[in-house]
This record gives sequence, C-alpha cells and structure tokens, in this order.
Amino acid sequence: MTDVLSQYSVLSLYSAMAIYAIAFVLFTFDLAGGNAKLARVAMSLTWLGFVLQLAATVMRGLAASRVPWANMYEFAMTGTAVIIGVFLLVNLKWDLRFLGSFITGLVLLLLGLAATRYYVDVVPLPPALQSYWLVIHVFVATLATGFFALGFALSLAQLLQDSREKKQSKRLAFMDRLPAADVLENYAYRLIIIGFVLWTFTLIAGAIWAEKAWGRYWGWDTKEVWTFIIWTLYAGYIHARSTRGWRGSRSAWLAMVGFAAVMFNFTVVNIFFKGLHAYSGL
Amino acid sequence: MSRPSDHVDSVAEPVTNPRLNLRGWLRWFWRQLTSMRTALLLLLLLAIAAVPGSLVPQRSSDPNGVSQYFRDHPDTAPWLDKLQAFDVYSSAWFSAIYLLLFISLIGCVIPRLNHHLKALRSAPPVTPANLSRLPAHATETLTKVEAEAALEAGRLALKKQGYRVVRYDRDKTITVSAERGYLRETGNLIFHLALVGVLIAVGFGGGFGFAGQRVIAEGQTFTNALLAYDSFNPGRFFNPNTLTPYTITLDKFTAKYEETNKKALGQATDFTADVTTQIQGEAAQSQTIKVNDPLRLGGTDVYLLGNGYAPMVTVRDASGKVIFTDTVPFLPQDKNLTSLGVIKLPDGLTQQVGLIGFFYPTVSTGHSGASFSIYPDIIDPQLTFDVYVGDLGLDGGIPRSVYALDTANMTKVAGRNSPTKSIEIRPGESASLPNGLGTVTFDGIKRYASLDIHRDPTQGWVLFFALLSLAGLLVSLFIPRRRMWVAVTPVRGGVNVEVAGLARGDDPTLDRAVTELQTTIASNLGLTRD
Repeated sequence: MTDVLSQYSVLSLYSAMAIYAIAFVLFTFDLAGGNAKLARVAMSLTWLGFVLQLAATVMRGLAASRVPWANMYEFAMTGTAVIIGVFLLVNLKWDLRFLGSFITGLVLLLLGLAATRYYVDVVPLPPALQSYWLVIHVFVATLATGFFALGFALSLAQLLQDSREKKQSKRLAFMDRLPAADVLENYAYRLIIIGFVLWTFTLIAGAIWAEKAWGRYWGWDTKEVWTFIIWTLYAGYIHARSTRGWRGSRSAWLAMVGFAAVMFNFTVVNIFFKGLHAYSGL
Repeated sequence: MSRPSDHVDSVAEPVTNPRLNLRGWLRWFWRQLTSMRTALLLLLLLAIAAVPGSLVPQRSSDPNGVSQYFRDHPDTAPWLDKLQAFDVYSSAWFSAIYLLLFISLIGCVIPRLNHHLKALRSAPPVTPANLSRLPAHATETLTKVEAEAALEAGRLALKKQGYRVVRYDRDKTITVSAERGYLRETGNLIFHLALVGVLIAVGFGGGFGFAGQRVIAEGQTFTNALLAYDSFNPGRFFNPNTLTPYTITLDKFTAKYEETNKKALGQATDFTADVTTQIQGEAAQSQTIKVNDPLRLGGTDVYLLGNGYAPMVTVRDASGKVIFTDTVPFLPQDKNLTSLGVIKLPDGLTQQVGLIGFFYPTVSTGHSGASFSIYPDIIDPQLTFDVYVGDLGLDGGIPRSVYALDTANMTKVAGRNSPTKSIEIRPGESASLPNGLGTVTFDGIKRYASLDIHRDPTQGWVLFFALLSLAGLLVSLFIPRRRMWVAVTPVRGGVNVEVAGLARGDDPTLDRAVTELQTTIASNLGLTRD
C-alpha cells in the first residue's frame, strides 16, 4: 500500500511539473507579447498543476501515515505547493498574473532539484521528529516562505519599474503593462508583513519545540541562526519603509536580500551546514 | 500611498552646526543613537554579525567541532579565536551591536509612549474646513432630511464602529470628528517593549539556571546533587543549595526499531525510559520520559537525549578474586549501535590494565575480518576487548575521560597486531586475560539512558514576552488607524452630507470605509438607495 501510494504520488508530481512547465512558457509569452488570453490559460493550467501537486502531497502523506514534510524532498514538495497556493489565493484578490512566470519558474526549479537529487523512500519518523510541533512549526514556515516569494518578485518588479520611471526608459517595454512602482511597493509590503508575522510565529514555535526536544529553547544552531537572520532582515525591511532615504528602492533591495536568505536557509544550510536540523534526512 | 498621507518629508538642507559643549555633544549622540536610521543600520549589522556563527563551529552548540577546527586549521584557528569567532553570540562585538540596538529602541519608544498616552486622553482634532482635499472623500445631497438627524445618523454609525467621536460646529455646517485605531500604536509599543522583556528574561535566565548531564543504566538511581552529575554547567548566580532533593531510578529502557519497512530496517522509531521518581518526603511515582516529552520534576526539566548499551563486566585476578564488577556505558559509534567503551583497572592486578571494548548488539564479520553490528537491537550480541598493560596515567592528577584510554605509555597485549588475538565473549562467557593476569566475564547487557537535567527559571517569561510581542505585532500591522469626518450643511430642500477619511500609515480599505459610512448614514435615516 505504501509503495503503491508513493508511486502514484511521484507520478502525480511529475504531471504537475509538466503542467507548470507549459504554464511557465505561456506566462512568459504573455509578458513578452501581452496576449491576455495566454495569461488566462496559464492561470487555469497553474490551478490544474496545483491540484495535481496537492494530490501528490496528500498521497505521500498517506503513504507515510504522517505529515508530508519530514525530509528535504517532502519539504520541497509541500513548500512549493504552498508557494503556488499563496500565489493563486492572492490572485483572487489582486491581479498579479504578471508574476506567474517567476512563481512557476521558481517552483519548477525547486521541484526539479528535489525530485532528481533528493528523492528518498518513505521511512518512519525518527523519535526526535515525533511531535505535533512538526505539523505546526514546519507548515507555518512554508506558508511564510510563500508570502516572502511573492514579496521578492514584486520588489524585483518594483526596482525595474522604478528605474524605468526615473530614466523615462522605453526598455523592457513589457513592463508598461505592470502597475507603477509605488503600487508594486504597496503590494509587496502588504504580503511581506503577513510573511513576517508567520515567520515570527515559526521562530517562537520552533523555540517551544526545541525546548521539548533538545532541552533548550535557543542554542544558535545553524538553522536557528539563519531563521534569526531572516527575521532581522525583514524587520529591517519594515523599518526601512518608515526611514527617510530608505524608502522605495532601498527597502525593495532588503526584501530581496531577505528572500535570498530564505532560499539559502532552505538549500545551502540544509545540505552543507552541520547542525541539529540536519537529520531531517535530505 | 505607502506613507501616512499627512506625512511631509522635510527637505534635507545643509545646516551650519552651532558649537557644542559636552552636554550638547551628548545630546547630539543620543539623538543619533535613537534615530530610526541608526536603529535600521544596527538591525542590519546584527543580521550580518550573526552570519559567521553559522560558518565556524561554536563552543556553545558544537564544542567537538571547535576542537576539530583547531586540529584542521592550526594556523588560522588561534586568530579566529582572538576575534571570538568560536563564541560569536557571546562575543564583545555581537553583544555591543544588540545592546546598542536595544538602547536605541528604548530611547525611541519611551518618547513615543509619552506621546501616545497623551493622544489616548485627547479628543479627535477639529474638522478640517475643506474635506474634499482629504484622500478619501464622498458627498451626497439628501432631500427631506433634518441636518441634526443626518449628523446623528453619522455619529451613531461611527460610534458603533468603535470610533471616538466629538462634535464640532462651524457656522451652518455641523460636523463630527472621529478617530479610531489607537490600538495600532499601542500594539507597536507593546511589540517593542516585549522584545526588551525577552532580552532581559534571557539575560537573567542564563544566570540562575543550570544544565547537567547524567548517564544511568537500567536499575541505577540518580540522586539530584551536585556530585551525582557527570557534567554540570551552572549559571553565574546559581546556588547549589537550590537543587531539589529527588531521585530518578531507570526501571526500564525500551527502544523500538523498524522491522517491516525494508527501506528503513533498524531505524529507531521510539525510545521510552520508564522511571520511578521520588521527591524527598513525597511518595514515589512511576513516570516515563520520551524524546519529545521531557519530565518536569522538582523545578527541573529532565530530557532523554541519548541512549546506548551498558555491558555488565566482571574482572577477576589470577586467584579468582573479584577486582572489578560494574555496568559500563558504551558510546554508540554508528546507527547499528556498534559501541565503544573503556575499562580502567589501576589496582588489583599485577600490572595496570586498560581494556578497550567493542560491543556489537548483532555481530557480523566482514571480509577483512573486522567485526561490526548489522542491527541495533540485541539479536546476536558480542563483546570484544583489546588489552593494554602499562601506565594508565591516572596518578598524575590530570583529569581523564572515562570514555577514552591514553595508550601512550601502554603496551598492547591482546588485539590486532599484538601477540594474542582480541578477547571475544558472549553473554555469560568468560575469557582469560593474557600473561596470566586473570579473567574477564561478560555477565549481561543493560541499556542506559543519557539524561539532560536543566533548570531555567525564566524560560516561561521568555515565552510570555515572545507571545506578547507577537500579539503586539499583529495589532500594530493589521489594525488601521484612521480619522473620519461627517459634515452636514443645510441646503434648499434637504442637506448636503460630506464624508471624508484620512489614514495614518498603510490603510488599503480607507475608500471602502468612506462609502460604507455613507451607506450606513442613509440606511440609519431610513432612506433606500438605488
């Protein structure tokens, strides 16, 4: 049963990746050519891919009889599903389809890496991970990552738009159809503050779990260090928005550095750094 | 849009600075330190300063890694050590940054606290003369409506939404001015002050608590007293008399391993320590300790952080007299629990003897002849010993690890590359030591648990302040602070109703709030709108 389910999970995930790939191409054509029809099709495909990925994630969880985020492969699968989910959710409120290329591209990259390099068979949880905090702490962390990813993309767009507006530049003509820099900045801010609250919660929940599992709530383990760094960077971002000389482009740079740190924490720190979080078993 | 709409940036002009005396300079320095720009730079500096601690092993979290680093990089390690790179988070430079940051924070928050307390007590401001200049504005003429009734409808609607409402009249125009969202600033202040609380609680907690480790095998009892710990790290202000007198007896240790999933055979799935605890003067209690489920006892927290096998070994001299009998904890070396242990016999035999033992819960022998364990549970256990004779180095008064044997002044008499082959025994068996020294007997196997016992009297406070800051954060980011006005002017046949709003800070729903207020006023007056 476990084997069958996990095989179906893999199949479903690969299908989702194929569909994201098509969506990525369509989103990119839409950016380049401005054909609104393409963007609509790409959005529908992203929904379809999301449903398939969700199915893959649920089957993996059922195969293992636990939450599907106990190792690098599963974490990438769930984390990217959450990123897509947040993207789709936010799109119900605001039209951010112009970020479709970035989001599907990022997710494809992460899933490709995870599925080819870090696939592991379903194994039981080691005693150290047997805690309901695994459900809460890790899930909220991925949710925060989803919001930070959108914040990154919006800040990048804001920077490009800002430099075009200042120079009255006609380059990157496709960006004419994107909102103005200050609108992008507001979108980015409103998503990042949600991410920041979730990240604060992740930090506190992680400390509570660390106390139960390792006997101390904070020990400057490498993962704890990077979680702290990310928190500080985003706190800096929020403050920068009310500091003269730091608004606009500079704060956008901070949002981007913040997300770079999130990605670094998820990839390099997990794979190459030594620490207590390492047994999450690549 | 991103800034408060009533915010005006001052123009940065070159200023001629007056000559400053000492007091003036101090004041200037304080202004600089408590400015937003400095706070921001310190925040970013803190983020950067935290990075090296993740690149270089830290004494606090990875002391073995530090020793290894010193062996691997003998040239650079001492230099890094001088820069406190192995103690980043307690280093002078890291501490300087966060202390300055917190001073800056306090210096910034206290004036704001004063200001906010005043604002909480003062009435909303006078209605501006020209409401149409405000960022959100709507106007409408209502026929057959009394001015007072229209204003009262607006006042009630605002009251109901939690606004603080004051009436101001100007000639024929009657108005109300309303404000709400004081909680936004309250939340912001609570967030910052709670962070100060976290810092203070963390700082004091380290001082009054302690952390100790103790290994106990099944059947053994630990008494909570300073001498009973294998290792003990007290905080600066720790008083040993505050240790609650209690005992913990390890009745049984159970480890479960995966047996059905072929891809994870032998992977640990559960560790449980069944213990009997007794606080002095109270009844004994049966309890369990698990990895994610520590035992809270007598003001301390007892964690199960390690486990392994402890073979029971007896050594007799040549005449058969027992000179050593004990349960010896062996340290696990791999995931199948091949375990390494040391027995030191300084007295009782004709020579000082040291034994380096390997225990295999399920033994197997490879092509090279070396043994290893192939499964972590006890299926086919074997104990082997390499025997050394000579000087154990115990008489010099230098502290030695019980888990390591210094063989520098010793000769190997049994084991690989020595006259006799290493001793291999199974439970219940005995074997002779070389040179007619005596015999060694493998009496049986017990499991041991490695317990970490901590006391941190302020960790509850740390959690309290952390949660308080989270609550403050939520309130300060998501509660809008806004002012609303309703102005009613009589016109022929009815009244002209103006509604306007002004946000302080980020407020995406201001426009909607204005139109909604307009609708509510109309419906309060019993008017239906198309």
